[in-house]
Amino acid sequence: MNLRLVRDRAARRGFQALTVLCCVLVLPILGGLAIRSGPVLKTQPLWRVLFSSDWSPTQGQFGLLPFLAGTVYVTLLAMLIAVPVSLLTAIFLSEYASRRVCRCVLPLVDVLSGIPSVIYGVWGTLLIVPAVSALAGLGGSYSSGYCLLSGALVLSVMVCPFIIHVAREVLAAVPRGVREASLSLGAGKWQTVKRVVLRRAFPGIVAAVVLGLSRAFGETIAVLMVVGNVPVVPRSLFDPAYPLPALLANNYGEMMSVPLYDSALLFAALALLVMVVAFNLAAKAVLGLARSEAA
Amino acid sequence: MKSGRMDLRGLEETVMRGLMWLALCLVAGSLLLIVAVIAIRGLPSLSLAMLTQTPRGGYYLGKEGGILNAIVGSLYLGAAATGVALAIGLPVVLYINLYARSSGLTARMVRFSMDVLWGIPSIVYGAFGFIVMTAVGLRASLGAAIVTVSLFELPIMVRAMDEVLRLVPREIGEASASLGATRLETAWRVIVRQAMPGLITATLVAFGRGIGDTAAVLFTAGFTDRIPTSPGQPAATLPLAIFFQLGTPFPEVQGRAYAAAAVLTFLVLGVSLLARFFAGRFARNTVK
Repeated sequence: MNLRLVRDRAARRGFQALTVLCCVLVLPILGGLAIRSGPVLKTQPLWRVLFSSDWSPTQGQFGLLPFLAGTVYVTLLAMLIAVPVSLLTAIFLSEYASRRVCRCVLPLVDVLSGIPSVIYGVWGTLLIVPAVSALAGLGGSYSSGYCLLSGALVLSVMVCPFIIHVAREVLAAVPRGVREASLSLGAGKWQTVKRVVLRRAFPGIVAAVVLGLSRAFGETIAVLMVVGNVPVVPRSLFDPAYPLPALLANNYGEMMSVPLYDSALLFAALALLVMVVAFNLAAKAVLGLARSEAA
Repeated sequence: MKSGRMDLRGLEETVMRGLMWLALCLVAGSLLLIVAVIAIRGLPSLSLAMLTQTPRGGYYLGKEGGILNAIVGSLYLGAAATGVALAIGLPVVLYINLYARSSGLTARMVRFSMDVLWGIPSIVYGAFGFIVMTAVGLRASLGAAIVTVSLFELPIMVRAMDEVLRLVPREIGEASASLGATRLETAWRVIVRQAMPGLITATLVAFGRGIGDTAAVLFTAGFTDRIPTSPGQPAATLPLAIFFQLGTPFPEVQGRAYAAAAVLTFLVLGVSLLARFFAGRFARNTVK
């Protein structure tokens, strides 16, 4: 009898300790990266590191602008492709599709989101890169195909299942009665979706898009494999780009051999972390606001 | 006039419906296209030798050998990291659903923290693993990769398990408590058993994400042609093997990268099917 109680109490303490650990886990990650990126910030001011395009590690110049620009361009372009496609799919699945279609399609979306990113990368080099190269050829310019557009296309396929998933949940949370009221007033199906359902679900959909954006921001391997990796600010769709995560992944090997190089790269990781966390917090705030408004 | 407006409305409806079908076909089609391209390019290079041998001398120049080292490395890494994540994650999920109030401050803080961690890209986990590794003087090894990947899997697992446990009716726990069971006994023998298929699904999902991830192990796993025999040794994983082999200029080696990609794809699809199977069983198990 006693032993049971002792065991129960011990388990409770243990569980509690692990729970506290889980609550603060992000702090050592943030702290560790901040400490290690300190040295580079001591030699150059923050704005110089972020907005100078002079990247020559051997000369001690660490301007991250080309990489930041690469990340932003690839991500925004990918979202431009992914957002309409995923929203239309989500609307179809929640408003139009029969239960049978849903049962066929939803597992596919799940599977798509479970495919490892290196597989997306292999697929990109096999299919997207030659296609984009051919497309550039049609337009009368030459491109190897390893460029901004290829990265964005691969990335957009990767974030689609993710946005669909969140958007569908948001649409499903819109009460049935709202739709029925609109239909009973003589509105058509699409009119109801456009004027009533989407308006009601708007904050949630914004959150879905922001969450997808933050996913796309940090995606590394698949983009790295198709995007070309040349550290200049890209000027056209067919120019190579060099996103921040790719910079990290490509240079981990030599970063200990050049002074301050490791510090600059870990600062890049810190910048990535801060941006992604900020996106997530913003999405959460929007969702929370929407929920309190609905209640 | 009125009928003209109606026509416009009908037209808009038809156009939007068409666009939705198009979007749906794009999404479903891209999945089929991925699996088809990987299978078509990968399967011809796939042979029994590739699955049963480790790389021999000159393998990366196109000579004999296989990717057994990467397959075994991935399975070791995935299993161990999932084990660690489970050992931390399950108690936490039980704690916030059974011990603390499920909508209380502790539970909210854990959920918030897990949402934040879930959003962190795996390359950042890799960089963090690298910092920890250098700080304690470890070299890139299976052990370091296990720690990094378990961190990466933890939020995926906790979020999925939390959803599962929230669906278990409170009354079951109350009934168990009224029979004199301690909370630990209730948690372990009643709640976990009731939610078992769902918990297995969550574990498998995390396992699938763990073995498929490249960026987190790029810094931490090292890469070797040998099968690791202890956590202190470097290890190869399938995603790394694909990534490195694709980087070589030799067509034979690239062909093997495609074959390795096919192996990884089928492995992950298999895990995902298994997860769906258990999820289906959980749906049958739920008390409404």
